[in-house]
Amino acid sequence: MQTALEAQALIKTYTSGGRTVNAVDDISFGLANGEFLALVGPSGSGKTTLLAILAGLLTPDSGTVSIAGEVLSQMSERRRASFRRQRIGFAFQANNLVPYLSALENVELMLRLNGKRDRDGRRRARELLTRLGLEDRLNALPRQLSGGQQQRVAIARSLIHKPALVLADEPTASLDTERAFQVVETLADLVHEEGRAAIMVTHDLRMIKVCDRVVQLMDGKITQVLETQEDLACLANPADCTKIPMNVFGAGQEMAAAE
Amino acid sequence: MNNASHLAFKEIWRNKGRFLLFSLVIALITVLILFVAALGEGLGAGNREYLEKLDGELIVFQATARLSIPSSRLERDRLPQLRNIEGVQDVGPVGFSAAAIPLGGRSDLFDVSLIGVEPGLPGMPPVVDGQPLIRRTTDEVLIDSTVALVTDAKVGDWLLFRSIQGSDEEFYRLRVVGITDSQKYSIRPSVFVPYVTWARIRPQALVGSGLNDLSSHIMVVKLVDPAEIDVVRQRIEARVSNVQAVDRRTAYENTPGYREQQSTLQTQNGFALLIGLLVIGGFFQIQTLQKVGQIGMLKAIGTPEVLIASALLIQIAIINAVGVGLGGLASLGLSFVFPANVPIIFEPRSAAMAVGSILVMGPLGGLVSIRYSLGIEPLTALGLSS
Repeated sequence: MQTALEAQALIKTYTSGGRTVNAVDDISFGLANGEFLALVGPSGSGKTTLLAILAGLLTPDSGTVSIAGEVLSQMSERRRASFRRQRIGFAFQANNLVPYLSALENVELMLRLNGKRDRDGRRRARELLTRLGLEDRLNALPRQLSGGQQQRVAIARSLIHKPALVLADEPTASLDTERAFQVVETLADLVHEEGRAAIMVTHDLRMIKVCDRVVQLMDGKITQVLETQEDLACLANPADCTKIPMNVFGAGQEMAAAE
Repeated sequence: MNNASHLAFKEIWRNKGRFLLFSLVIALITVLILFVAALGEGLGAGNREYLEKLDGELIVFQATARLSIPSSRLERDRLPQLRNIEGVQDVGPVGFSAAAIPLGGRSDLFDVSLIGVEPGLPGMPPVVDGQPLIRRTTDEVLIDSTVALVTDAKVGDWLLFRSIQGSDEEFYRLRVVGITDSQKYSIRPSVFVPYVTWARIRPQALVGSGLNDLSSHIMVVKLVDPAEIDVVRQRIEARVSNVQAVDRRTAYENTPGYREQQSTLQTQNGFALLIGLLVIGGFFQIQTLQKVGQIGMLKAIGTPEVLIASALLIQIAIINAVGVGLGGLASLGLSFVFPANVPIIFEPRSAAMAVGSILVMGPLGGLVSIRYSLGIEPLTALGLSS
């Protein structure tokens, strides 16, 4: 399988109150096209910082990120912005949509920015939104959509321009379990069908059964990687397992995870 | 439509109420600025209109009067002296005083400038209706268009004028023989009478005593060749004792209070523009502050900064233009309902300058918010901006 993303020896440190914090501490991993990876770990483990580095929004102190064969650190600021626009799709926790654009216009925005809003692009935008169950909400403004519908629009926007990599930062944080699972399942289906690579930061272990790999971060380091379907299913439904394969929320919070 | 225009128009269209409200604020500022400019023009014209339209290039004052019309006194013998100077075509004496026209009853008075001119000589304004003054000693009067409008007088009508003689009110009946265009002086519309008539009826210590003294306040000099104004001016001052000759502009700029009045109004206009600048700047800055997350998201997905700045600039230009348009229309509408004696004149050049300065002011006011928006970190979208 072709490599979509290659992260090599990434290090990012912050100084906070005179103390040096290793937000990302020597992280290396790769991601193939069509692979859906979940990034888990307790708050402050470095998930969002790592996501920002992979997106080219934050420069690591050392290490390299290459997406579709192009090394981000070798690009100028302007080129990185252009690269994000063309090769990366984003779905954030909040501030996801432009409030004065309709659902369809929000999705088409990526086509506009890339100069690809032709007939095929517009048709694909409608198809994506229809696939995500929003065929009757195409002209609705974000404020007229529920949280789940807004996230689905964001997912359509993250895929419309056929990016090499989709990055999603807790896209289901504000949704109830059922809606959250629908959103993630659709994202996973689209990623697999279209052969895109995707990384999703999540706190919700129930979402990871549709992922191909789970990477656990703790204090900026990768502490565990789960790849087998058995482990992933066990992590998603810990009550059914005799052994919980991963402590995602840190010491003393296992019960919260199980609940 | 390019991407910046698309975003700018969509935001305005989907938030019509908010943007219209702000356009109305700009419209009110526009009305204020246009009216202050029109008031400046109206009051300025009220002071200078007659002097500005004079049919002579030079105005001669008594040298020691320091260009003050009420203080200047020129004896009749200066007339032939001035006429004999090479380059002078003709000279006319002009005297200024005040009178009032009773409207309806004698207690309701309409103040006018009573100006004495010599028929046929420089200083007498052209008529737009009726006949000019011809005879030197008659009870005939020319009235300007504002007097005609307020009194409803027509050519051939008789008008009653009140003048203070000593400590008493005296009333004089004069026949309107012609109507001139607007010829305000000293913020009042004007009426013109033959010089001898003026000397007889103008306010004075004793009834008719003015006939013993036919000296004038100024003399208007018409040149053979207006291009020789500086040469002839120097000749006049060299050959006629105790006189100062200036062009019309210098003359009206030295009328009492003219400069102070104009600078006060210009200061008011400057402040109105400054207020507009701050209001527009404040509005767009607040709006940008409300959109930090959204702008961060746009930058994160790779939207070029120039597109974000252009969209904001286009928005400011549109809102500003709509506000200025509404304000211009409102000012125009209001100008039609103002009474004729209110000194408001919408002069195209000063109105265009006022409108132009507001149109420039909008984008200037928005520069701070544009600069701020460019500084927003895309990491904001991921909650990592701190």
